[in-house]
Amino acid sequence: MKPEAHLNLMANLPEPDQVYEVLINAHDGLTQSESAKLNAKLILLLINHIGDSKIIIEAIEKAK
Amino acid sequence: MSFDAIPVYKTKTYRRLCDAEYSSIKKHQFVVVGSGPVGLALALFMARKGHEVVVLSAFDFIPGGSKGICYSKEALDIFDALGVGARIVEKGVIWNVGKVFWGQGAEPVYQFDMLPIKDQKNPGFVNIQQYYVEDYLVDALEEMDNVDIRWGHAVIDLQTEENDAIITVQTKDGDYQLATDYVLACDGSKSSIRHLMGLDFKGRVFEDSFLIADVKFKQERPSERWFWFDPPFNPGRTALLHKQPDDIWRLDFQLGWDVDRAEAIKPENVAPFIKGLLGEDIEYEEDWMSIYTFQCRRMDSFVHGPVIFAGDAAHQVSPFGARGANSGLPDAFNLSWKLDMVLRGLASKELLESYNHERTYGADENILNSSRSTDFITPKSPISTIFRDAVLELASEYEFARPLVNSGRLSAPTPCYDSPLSTPDLDMDEFACGPRPGDICVDAPIELDGQENWLLQALPDSFSLLHVGENPVSSDLTTLTLPATDLIAQRYDVGATYLVRPDKIVAARWKQPTFKQIKQAHQRALAQMGA
Repeated sequence: MKPEAHLNLMANLPEPDQVYEVLINAHDGLTQSESAKLNAKLILLLINHIGDSKIIIEAIEKAK
Repeated sequence: MSFDAIPVYKTKTYRRLCDAEYSSIKKHQFVVVGSGPVGLALALFMARKGHEVVVLSAFDFIPGGSKGICYSKEALDIFDALGVGARIVEKGVIWNVGKVFWGQGAEPVYQFDMLPIKDQKNPGFVNIQQYYVEDYLVDALEEMDNVDIRWGHAVIDLQTEENDAIITVQTKDGDYQLATDYVLACDGSKSSIRHLMGLDFKGRVFEDSFLIADVKFKQERPSERWFWFDPPFNPGRTALLHKQPDDIWRLDFQLGWDVDRAEAIKPENVAPFIKGLLGEDIEYEEDWMSIYTFQCRRMDSFVHGPVIFAGDAAHQVSPFGARGANSGLPDAFNLSWKLDMVLRGLASKELLESYNHERTYGADENILNSSRSTDFITPKSPISTIFRDAVLELASEYEFARPLVNSGRLSAPTPCYDSPLSTPDLDMDEFACGPRPGDICVDAPIELDGQENWLLQALPDSFSLLHVGENPVSSDLTTLTLPATDLIAQRYDVGATYLVRPDKIVAARWKQPTFKQIKQAHQRALAQMGA
């Protein structure tokens, strides 16, 4: 059996500064609610890509 | 008692009982309280099994108003088992497809098919006014000699002992009492039996109200469930359109929490909604207008000594998902064969506890699904609204977001995989497919004695075996052996043997079981100790 996957809490991004910059810039000029909507869409896109409920729930718990 | 506010579909005849019934206490094995779809279905199941059936109905009429209009495939299969399915499907509007629209968009952001598995006798859903369903069940009951529906006999008091109960009934001609071993409480969400016993009914209240506008008009539209989020004719809220027989359409509009019900229901206030949805020049007649709010809740236990609760009396959900009557009817199916076995001395009362186990589990599933739908349909916080709108926006463009769109997850069977009545699969048996213990049998077209038939229809209303393939099975149970055609092999696996309960739920399955294994599984399915 495959070992169960867990939320990766080690550094995993090859270009952290670039990705962070793109993320922050995406919110330029947006109102609070437009920003919230962008974040919501981003979360939905990413959780679908992850596609593993257990990991997503683990991440939600960690984020609390 | 006055029911002035309740519209009447059909009056029924109140009958005075003979003097002896008013002056002495007659003993019954069981009494059904309530004449809604669940009480009537339970009464009909028990009557068909040969029991003497008394139904107490506070009404002396079948109420009007379309009320619950959507009947699921599972409910239709149950109506078939009761002999009224054909009449309901014939009168009803068949539909399988649901579409979800958002804002101004003319194209659905999401659509679903309620009958993903084709080649089954019944469709995914049939829409029909609740009063037709009740009327057909009453017709079937009235044809039987062993049924006594007491219209206008209202339960006003109940005294329970460990093994029986005394019910006080109010009629126009005075009160009387009857004694009964079992009270089958199917008296709806405001259950008087539940109130008389002071039992809990806990859950969650949703702060929203909805307008039902059932209107009559002639227009060619597809028989589909159409649901809108934030439509131009009800901005920021939702709407639903559904077809019923007789050119009647169910329109449903979210109104918000603080609503003056009397105002909201006035024709001049309803008209803008209807015209907004159907067009300015639509000509329609009002059929039934109603404002509803809802709760998701259930009783802790459905079995309280001699009193057994079923349907809305025991559990209540939001209407999104059509999980009310569609979960009450499986209650009736589940309870009827168990009570029949207990009354005939073929099983102990332990079997009735399994009704509680299996159907409270079902209620929890329904409450969970219905609460999730409601949270999507009527978001309770600004961030919840933002996520909901993000889902809808993404769904109109990308396939991945469509499964997240929740306009009501429509009623589906709630298989209980940890039922005490089920026998787990043997480690050595491997199944490529087929229903697991706890699942309902999947229907399929079959040929039986040279005649075309349906699998669910061919299964007897007693315990039986369903066997796929050539090898004979050694058992004293009625066995339905099917050749392993492609379709049967895909649905039941070649060489598999299933022990099927009277409610068409799989109790056990094997590859080449022994006589003793089948016997033991059968005993376990009857909650017989030591099995």
